[in-house]
Amino acid sequence: MHERSAEGDATARYAGLAIRFHGVGIDFPVAGGRSYPAVSSTDLSVGAHEFVSVVGPTGCGKSTLLNVAAGLLASSTGRTFVFGSPLASLNRHAGYLFQQDAVMPWKTARDNVAIGLEVVGVPRREALERAQGWLKRVGLSAFHDRYPHQLSGGQRKRVGLAQVLIRDPKILLMDEPFGPLDAQTRQIMGNLLLDLWAGDRKAVLFVTHDLEEAIALSDRVVIMSAGPQARIIGDHAIDLGRPRDASEVRLAPRFHELHKTIWGQLRGEVLKAYGGEVA
Amino acid sequence: MSRVGLFLLQMLVGVVAIGIWHVGSSVPIGGVYFLPKFFFSTPADVAVRVWTLFAEGTAKIATCEEAIDLTRLLSISAPCFGKTVWQHLLITLTEGLLAFVIGAVAGVVIGFWLARHPLLSAVFDPYIKMLNALPRVVLAPIFLLWLGLGIWSKVALGFTLVFFIVFFNVYQGVKEVSPTILANARMLGLNERQLFRHVYWPSALSWMFSSLHTSVGFAIIGAVVGEYLGSAAGLGYMIQQAEGTFDTTGVFAGMVILAVFVLIIDWGVTLAEKRLLVWRPPSAAGQG
Repeated sequence: MHERSAEGDATARYAGLAIRFHGVGIDFPVAGGRSYPAVSSTDLSVGAHEFVSVVGPTGCGKSTLLNVAAGLLASSTGRTFVFGSPLASLNRHAGYLFQQDAVMPWKTARDNVAIGLEVVGVPRREALERAQGWLKRVGLSAFHDRYPHQLSGGQRKRVGLAQVLIRDPKILLMDEPFGPLDAQTRQIMGNLLLDLWAGDRKAVLFVTHDLEEAIALSDRVVIMSAGPQARIIGDHAIDLGRPRDASEVRLAPRFHELHKTIWGQLRGEVLKAYGGEVA
Repeated sequence: MSRVGLFLLQMLVGVVAIGIWHVGSSVPIGGVYFLPKFFFSTPADVAVRVWTLFAEGTAKIATCEEAIDLTRLLSISAPCFGKTVWQHLLITLTEGLLAFVIGAVAGVVIGFWLARHPLLSAVFDPYIKMLNALPRVVLAPIFLLWLGLGIWSKVALGFTLVFFIVFFNVYQGVKEVSPTILANARMLGLNERQLFRHVYWPSALSWMFSSLHTSVGFAIIGAVVGEYLGSAAGLGYMIQQAEGTFDTTGVFAGMVILAVFVLIIDWGVTLAEKRLLVWRPPSAAGQG
């Protein structure tokens, strides 16, 4: 009885939050029957219209946390709530933009974007029309019949973005989505993302190792410690105004203050991660 | 290298090879033919024989009094068409095609099935490896015994060759679908049936098509070897008959016809591949 009421309580309390990690810990089995504690008991909330970035040294389990939010991975301990409901299988409210290329190489750009609509029964004609509209919004309308290998890395990311957004998910999960791109393309993609996001302000959980990118895009920046047993060690509100330009905002004095404060905290963890590797 | 230049170089290789063959078999060097006619025939004789085979076959069909019975095209006693070079070609083509289609369908179905059921695949694994390791030629007499001298014993032999190539490729194709693409597709809302259609199927087909040249080639090899070991018609039969009478020219003529025939089929496969694998990056799809 007690359990049940506690759950009802959580549901009510977290209903306004897009994602709520409640004591989430993740262990990975390793050889010899032992397990590696990647992430230890983590509490984190993402508001329904909040853009939250998670920054941490490489290998700290940021992506693992994202996979839990997506429902692709079950946490070992703790629970995850999505708009107040405990997450048991795939997160149907979420769109996921992966770090690696995830578009289907055997489909054209337009077919790739349309697939999310087709599988829920939208007639093919209409799905293609709407896909063309989304390609236009990400600046690829002339490339609709190209296959992924005929597109550049940045263009493939745009296709991926359109592919995810056409389903109009309430939550966007992004795993270093611009990681493999060059610096200029990253900034252009950042601005594209902010423009698209400004329309309806979906909840965003954005994982990156690039602190500047995190500050430029987010409402909140969360710092994770180095693994194993990574946990959240800092939570900073970013009080830069919106709308922002993801490249120009980097010149603002307030940006530098924020960067200095957060980097002061992150630096130690990054060094720890490297130190661990050296030792 | 321009296309014309490349073509000229390709021709040059052929001309030089035929030139050496011609000189060796027709011009005595120090009183000795270093490619004696009895063993090597001559290019001119072979060309004449190929021409004669086709001319006679065509004439036989053209001057036929009776109408050609389309339902008996594969029967060696068919009037006019029976035992012409055209019939030999048609029979080998039919056998190769049947072996390819049946082998490919079986390979795709079973490859998919085992790839999606790891337990079954683990159980059958040693048997599949055992069967695949078996030299197929030893099966030919068994198939002759079971299926007779007609086309089906050759189809069976081609099947055993094609099946394993397609099977292993499809199995690999399903197993090696990128986990990221799979996770992405699931996040985009695809259910198991839709994953099959939009992810596993195209991935497996691309692996199968990338082995298309090999499997089509093996289908023809199965047909010809089967004919060679026991039949009453087909290109393999033609070659075997010529060999039986030490007719070297006939053997070489059969080989030339077979080679050109395979070249034409391979060209057709390249065209099909270009259409089907248009999404593949050039490096992965080979030079085709």
